[in-house]
Amino acid sequence: MPPGYLPLFIFLAVAILLPTLTLVAARLVRPSAPSRTKLEPYECGIKAASNSRGRYTVRFYIIAILFVIFDVETIFLLPWAVQYRTLGWFGVAEVFVFLSILIVGYIWAYKKGAFEWV
Amino acid sequence: MSYYSATDHFVLLPAILLALFGCAVLLLDFVFSGLRRAALLTFTLLGLAFCGAALWRQQAYLNSGLGELTAFGGALTIDRFALFFNWLFLGASALVAIVSLAYLDRKKTGPSEYYALMLFAQCGMFFLAAGTDLVTLFIGLELMALSFYVMVGFLRREKRSNEAAMKYLLLGAFSSGILAYGFSILYGISGSTRLSDIATAVAARGAHDPVLFLALATTAAGALFKISAVPFHMWAPDAYEGAPTTVTAYLAVASKAAAFALLLRLLLGPLESARAIWSPILAVVAVATMTLGNLAAISQNNIKRLLAYSSIAHAGYILLGLVAGNETGIQGVSVYLLVYTVMTTGAFFVVLTMSGGEDIADLGGLAKRKPWLAMLMLLFLLSLAGLPPTAGFWGKYYIFLALIQTGHYTLAVIATLYIAVALYYYFRIVRFMFASDAENPAPETSFGLRLALGVTAALTLGIGLYPEPFLKMAQSSLIGTP
Repeated sequence: MPPGYLPLFIFLAVAILLPTLTLVAARLVRPSAPSRTKLEPYECGIKAASNSRGRYTVRFYIIAILFVIFDVETIFLLPWAVQYRTLGWFGVAEVFVFLSILIVGYIWAYKKGAFEWV
Repeated sequence: MSYYSATDHFVLLPAILLALFGCAVLLLDFVFSGLRRAALLTFTLLGLAFCGAALWRQQAYLNSGLGELTAFGGALTIDRFALFFNWLFLGASALVAIVSLAYLDRKKTGPSEYYALMLFAQCGMFFLAAGTDLVTLFIGLELMALSFYVMVGFLRREKRSNEAAMKYLLLGAFSSGILAYGFSILYGISGSTRLSDIATAVAARGAHDPVLFLALATTAAGALFKISAVPFHMWAPDAYEGAPTTVTAYLAVASKAAAFALLLRLLLGPLESARAIWSPILAVVAVATMTLGNLAAISQNNIKRLLAYSSIAHAGYILLGLVAGNETGIQGVSVYLLVYTVMTTGAFFVVLTMSGGEDIADLGGLAKRKPWLAMLMLLFLLSLAGLPPTAGFWGKYYIFLALIQTGHYTLAVIATLYIAVALYYYFRIVRFMFASDAENPAPETSFGLRLALGVTAALTLGIGLYPEPFLKMAQSSLIGTP
């Protein structure tokens, strides 16, 4: 085994053992008296309002995709901002190339009506 | 430290132009509202022409004997191999772009995103052919594949198109995952993503290393999926059948050629020293691919499905060139890919003219209504079967020659036997075209389609009768020749 991996394996062992031990210990100690209310998915005292497999509008997926696009944008902008001085004008130009490609997508989505609700 | 030199720019220029024109095509539709659809096609072709000019300058540089071009610290390499494949992609893109306009009109859908996706896909293929770094190759593959997923499902209102896109997306994403896993192992054993560094690490490992075997199997599985080799072929018939016919043609030739470029780059580059492992595996895969492709094609009634199985079978033949592995074999792979591109696009273009159904029976009586169209289809089918004097003959000739030179007699015999099977199902189509009196709706041809049919037919006959310049081109495209 390569030398640096020992902490990793200890971590893995703890991660597996801890929940197993607590679950087993709880099982041995606690009394078992299930009732209908107790077996509901969310045992919070309030009756479930509706099925959790409810339907929602497909438009959310466009919102989700737009979110991912701008999320990725931030992920790329952050390291550039950190390395701003080292990268110099090359970095500025490259980020503008990256942003203009994103903006093309943005304009396209806007013109196609992706931001219009209903 | 300079991040972007003049050489980098020179190497990257074709991809920059493709991306630029792709974005422009996407926006042109809005800027000039009500722009004539033909103008979008013109603009796309202009983009391809600019890309061609950039490639031409690179070709001129290589011809002047200054050696191959590398950029970004070895992440991209322009050698004759990369250029050969890029010319192939360029030709396929131009042909498909020309015929797409009338087809999309018929299907009542906008061409703007379609052409943008085509240009983006070709941009990805550029990186697949020119990439010499695992990350570059993977991103190129994904750029191409993502564009194709959307293009396959481009007819949003047709259920079959949706189904095809979904199947292709799910299986394709899975195969990309396996490929990425293989790449990660290659990175693990070499500590570098550059193919040249990986080559050193692989050579040091020896041929019977289990980790190397795992890396090889996963990497090959990812690439074999894209070329629809058995046992990763399941998506092909469904995707080919459901996709818009123009996209089917593009998918069958360009995507497959690009995946072969990736496979050649990896197997003949860093994994060359592990040939003892992959050669027998590929031999088994090739025989299985030919068997399944040819036998399943017999019972197909939909012509796009039939051509899909035939394209699976062709992938098997091309793999045999890699199995033989000598210079003739690798040259055979290039020749085969070239003629395959020409004849397969041609056959799909004839399918494009069918305005009724897409079953073989719908071609019935074609020879009576449009004799020239039936003759062209006959030419393409003869070429697909590999009979002289068509281009297809030279593709098979070099593969068989290489197999015999390297002593793979059994493989040569099997491959020859399957030509007989292929003749049977190709001539089923011919029988319908020439010997049936069925009344079918008249075939529709546009100017672009006639032009593209003329070019592919001329090339199919031209390569068949006068192959020397094309063979020379393929010979010079071997990996490692600057």
